[in-house]
Amino acid sequence: MSAARGTALLQVRNLRISFGSLAAVRGADLTIYRGETHCVVGESGCGKSVTALAVMGLLARNAVREADRLVFDGQDLLRLSESQLSRLRGDRMAMIFQEPMTSLNPAYTVGSQMAEVYRRHRGGSRAEALDRAEDLLAKCRVTSPRLRLGQYPHQLSGGLRQRVMIAMALMCDPELLVADEPTTALDVTVQAQILRLLMDLQRDLGLALMLITHDLGVVARMAHRVSVMYAGEVVESAPAEHLFGNPTHPYTRGLLACVPVPGKVRRDQPLGAIPGVVPRIGPRFEGCAFRDRCGQARPDCARTVAWQANGEHGYRCVLPPDWTGPASLAA
Amino acid sequence: MLLFLFRRTALAVLVALTVLTFAFVLTRLAGDLAIVIAGPEARAEDVEAIRRAYGLDRPVVIQFFDWAWRAATGDFGESFFFRERVSTLIRQRLPVTLTLGVVGIGIALVVAIPLGILAALHENTWIDRAVGLVAMVGQALPSFWLALLLMLFFGLQLGWLPISGTGSWEHYVMPGIVLSFSAIPALMRLTRAGMIDAMSSDYIRTARAKGLSRSSIVLKHALRNAAMPVVSISAVQLGFMLGGSIVIETVFALHGIGFLAWESISKNDFPTVQAVVLLFAVIYIVLTLIADVANAVLDPRLRAS
Repeated sequence: MSAARGTALLQVRNLRISFGSLAAVRGADLTIYRGETHCVVGESGCGKSVTALAVMGLLARNAVREADRLVFDGQDLLRLSESQLSRLRGDRMAMIFQEPMTSLNPAYTVGSQMAEVYRRHRGGSRAEALDRAEDLLAKCRVTSPRLRLGQYPHQLSGGLRQRVMIAMALMCDPELLVADEPTTALDVTVQAQILRLLMDLQRDLGLALMLITHDLGVVARMAHRVSVMYAGEVVESAPAEHLFGNPTHPYTRGLLACVPVPGKVRRDQPLGAIPGVVPRIGPRFEGCAFRDRCGQARPDCARTVAWQANGEHGYRCVLPPDWTGPASLAA
Repeated sequence: MLLFLFRRTALAVLVALTVLTFAFVLTRLAGDLAIVIAGPEARAEDVEAIRRAYGLDRPVVIQFFDWAWRAATGDFGESFFFRERVSTLIRQRLPVTLTLGVVGIGIALVVAIPLGILAALHENTWIDRAVGLVAMVGQALPSFWLALLLMLFFGLQLGWLPISGTGSWEHYVMPGIVLSFSAIPALMRLTRAGMIDAMSSDYIRTARAKGLSRSSIVLKHALRNAAMPVVSISAVQLGFMLGGSIVIETVFALHGIGFLAWESISKNDFPTVQAVVLLFAVIYIVLTLIADVANAVLDPRLRAS
């Protein structure tokens, strides 16, 4: 690593993404530091995957992306052309996806798909690229890596394909790895292995890992920093220990109340739940999007809510940091 | 892959044998061939003589194996109408039809695939609609009319191309263009649909995330997966072209197999009809086999199992 852990690698300010009349992301802020795992959590549809795709410049054509700032290692991504951006993607920033079964091209071997990204960004011979691919497959704990290079995706299991995706993402030694729910489609035992692998790789390679997930258990194990998203906004962001020790936004508290902790939850007691669903939000929406589901809602929640920051811990809510009371309406 | 090839070839041979049987049975179903050959004014003795001369007095099973054996060795007997060996007729005319078909499908692919890709990459824009319109007009144009228009303009007005005969490669340009028009719309639409599908797939998102160049994403990753239905339909279209080029062969005075089929059917020339039917069937079988093998080369999943 050229720069030390703890300096900002990716800065996102006031990111807005819309699909026609649907505002998918409404002013999200995010700072990802070198060498750190930054988890982005939230329910389905909160805009976390779209945010990740926007960072990579991979949004669908019908999406409109705007931001005040989108800076990767001093480079303004907003001002790069598609071809300049493609020189960064796969080289200095890489991404893996939720669907390992369909994310590899069925028509080409593992080896040729892995070699291709290396040769695109680094040049060199095919043999050189294949050697590197073999090393990385081994590093990703793929058994008989040399053999895998000649295999096609359909000959591999889901877990193996995700390992191949991870190894392929690492071909050019990226500084940032974006992982969009990389274990959602896998068996529970395989999930644990893949998360362990990501954790080890993050530490060993000094990666900045942006991990999108809805699983707070994963966040607790892996995150250095956490951003909680709700309905297209980051509602709370903090170092992991602060977030778990002192959750402040009512939505964060609600989320944490939904996690069953062995020994703390009685068997006959219903699990915690936040009533209602994530609202569909148009472009003219004002105020806090959570207010309809919030037990603490007040009239001024309908106005624009300011970001309150206390050191590295910030949240978007009218309540003071030490408020007490039920997180949400009783179900 | 070798096992795949072997199985497909064996299957193709079986289909060919089935068609061989049908070709034989169908002509026998048309009635007593001796009466047909002898003509309406023949006497009973003449019919009897013909029956013996052509071996039609033997049991049908013997006739079948005799015919099948000869057919398999390329001997289809003598044409009643042309007074020539059927195999000679076919040998003279097959190159014309094959050349025409290959030129036709070649032009069709060269036009349809780029247009299909273009339409897919600009889905729902004016480019897409313009390409769709061209395809629709192409499909709606009667081929004989297009042929005449081309002959008038390039043949007579400009004098660039010969309007009939088979003397040189220039003779195949206009018929090839006309023939390709019937295949372009289907091939273009298939390419477009396949490309739209492929471009929205997860592996294309991966290819973009890898920072690959636009041409590599479109041509290497998407087109390879979109090409399979196009390959299959190209084979079918080429079959149509080889078998169904009668109108075009007539308009451009190209004496190919299509023209021969039409003549022999209208003249009740059953050895020629049998041979032509069998030839078309074999052409289809071979084309399907080629398409299957090509698809297996494109898609590794087909090679397994």
